[in-house]
Amino acid sequence: MSIAIKVSRPAHTSALPQRETWIAVLWTAPALAFYLLFAIIPLFVAIYLSFTSWDGFSAITWVGLKNWIALFSDSITGHSLLLTIEVMIFSWLVQTPLSILIGVFMAGKQRYRAVLSAFYFIPLLFSAVAIGLTWGSLLDPNFGLVDILLKTIGLPWLAQGWLGDPNLAFPVVLTIICWQFIPFHALLYLGGARQIPKELYEAATIDGGGPVQNFFSITLPQLRYTIVTSTTLIFTGSLTYFDLFWVTTEGGPGYATRVLPLHMYITAFRDAQVGYGSVIAVVLAIFGIVLSAVLLRFTGFTKMSSQLEGL
Amino acid sequence: MGVSTLPERVVERQEHQGKKTPPRTGWGEIIPAFLGVVWLLFAFYPVLYMFVTSLRPLTDFFTDVPWLPPSHPTFDNYTYVLSNDFGLYFSNTVFVTVVSVLLMVAVSLFAAYTISRIRNRFTQAIFNLFLVGLAIPLQATIIPIYVLISDLHLYDTLLALILPNVAFGIPLSILVLVTYIRDIPKELHESMWIDGAGHFRILRNLVLPLSRPALITVIIYETIQVWNGFLFPLVLTQDPSVRVLPLGLWSYQGEYTTNVPAILAAVFLSATPIILLYIVGRRQLLGGLIAGFSK
Repeated sequence: MSIAIKVSRPAHTSALPQRETWIAVLWTAPALAFYLLFAIIPLFVAIYLSFTSWDGFSAITWVGLKNWIALFSDSITGHSLLLTIEVMIFSWLVQTPLSILIGVFMAGKQRYRAVLSAFYFIPLLFSAVAIGLTWGSLLDPNFGLVDILLKTIGLPWLAQGWLGDPNLAFPVVLTIICWQFIPFHALLYLGGARQIPKELYEAATIDGGGPVQNFFSITLPQLRYTIVTSTTLIFTGSLTYFDLFWVTTEGGPGYATRVLPLHMYITAFRDAQVGYGSVIAVVLAIFGIVLSAVLLRFTGFTKMSSQLEGL
Repeated sequence: MGVSTLPERVVERQEHQGKKTPPRTGWGEIIPAFLGVVWLLFAFYPVLYMFVTSLRPLTDFFTDVPWLPPSHPTFDNYTYVLSNDFGLYFSNTVFVTVVSVLLMVAVSLFAAYTISRIRNRFTQAIFNLFLVGLAIPLQATIIPIYVLISDLHLYDTLLALILPNVAFGIPLSILVLVTYIRDIPKELHESMWIDGAGHFRILRNLVLPLSRPALITVIIYETIQVWNGFLFPLVLTQDPSVRVLPLGLWSYQGEYTTNVPAILAAVFLSATPIILLYIVGRRQLLGGLIAGFSK
């Protein structure tokens, strides 16, 4: 670089405000274009479509609030919303304690725990479709391992079509969800548990604390920020379960496992009610945004970011 | 420190600390060890079952005891799947994944550099706009995306999968990269600036090499997301010529119906690149996975 350029460019970045603005616009433009075109604008288009009636082929007709009024007397959508909330609650109740225990277990220094951990993470590598097909074959009423095992060990009355029973399908899919995601949350807690200062345990042990007592008086309180992060992820993630439900049950039997994203997909693409499907999409988006806002307000963004610092 | 450094450090420590363990004995160790093995059975057995069953000939599948090793192990199911367009689905998936992730990371890097180094109201507003994207459930926009892709005459093309994949990977990529680039000492940036380097040279010679860990994290996380993604292919493609693996698995299930060993062979094959990635770079892969946690 020549001296002349050096002189024309003083140390402060603010010295060339116009060029800075240029760069700022130019360099954010590609990312912004993708994002606006395929994420933000579609959100507004969904709002628009929710006021229309459309089968996906013929002309779109404006119907005003008709779809939205129909929403309030639609018991299936209410049922789907309720199922999605149940997914949130139950997957939290099952995943959180197990993930904490497994994460703390993996954080132990013993060699055998490191070996076991390597296997624990393997479910994370597969797609939801792969997981759905594998569990589907395990639970098959004719050739599935689970039922054959039950018959062999003398419990034939327990053998059944697990995913075909309206009362069982939902808890069974929830179990598969937990199987798929516990390794991920356990990984978070593994990270959290490793951050706990050793001195806390040493002091407690001198005071005569046993492992169980230490877990409740030291480990659990020290993991509080990880619990916040993990909870946020479980809650917001619960709104997006689609693949696994689609592959294992397609929402059935009946409406037994038709969670909100699935209900939206079936309404818009299979039943060709794009307008009403968009209403469900908007409900889903509002649910997601409100949930994130509430979680952020409730947990405090500062806590979240201070936890990131600690990592 | 940035988000991305956490998992690597955590897993690394896990591996190194293993050696200097003071042996503990008694019930305090036996009970957790026992429960640990019980969890191993639950967590790993379905995957083992998938692999073992994929080695059974179809006739044996109906007669063998499912938890015993195959009586006549064979790779026939694999050759069968491979001769049934698996290669095509595989290369489609590789193409979509590589192009999506590269595009996504490239545009995110430029945006992240701008957001973290040129701090004014404009760039911070853009940053906040990207962060909103983390709260939107992907499914909510699928109907308009379908309409948009159809209007652009892109339905049933691989590009139809790439464009929305890029868009949905951008918010998290930018968040991780911004957190990381902000931690690069200002002095380095300023001394390059005084030496007459422009933004592009600073990005290429300073920020790019220094943010490598964050880039690797983002690349791994998004690779797994795109590789395993099901909804976009389901809604935006139909023709077998543009089928990607998750949709391919789904269609195998329809075609093969009761040929479970072949379906499971396809399931196992579809995950091989990710499994290899796990074997080669477990630390990076787990690190990459956990990067999504701020989502």
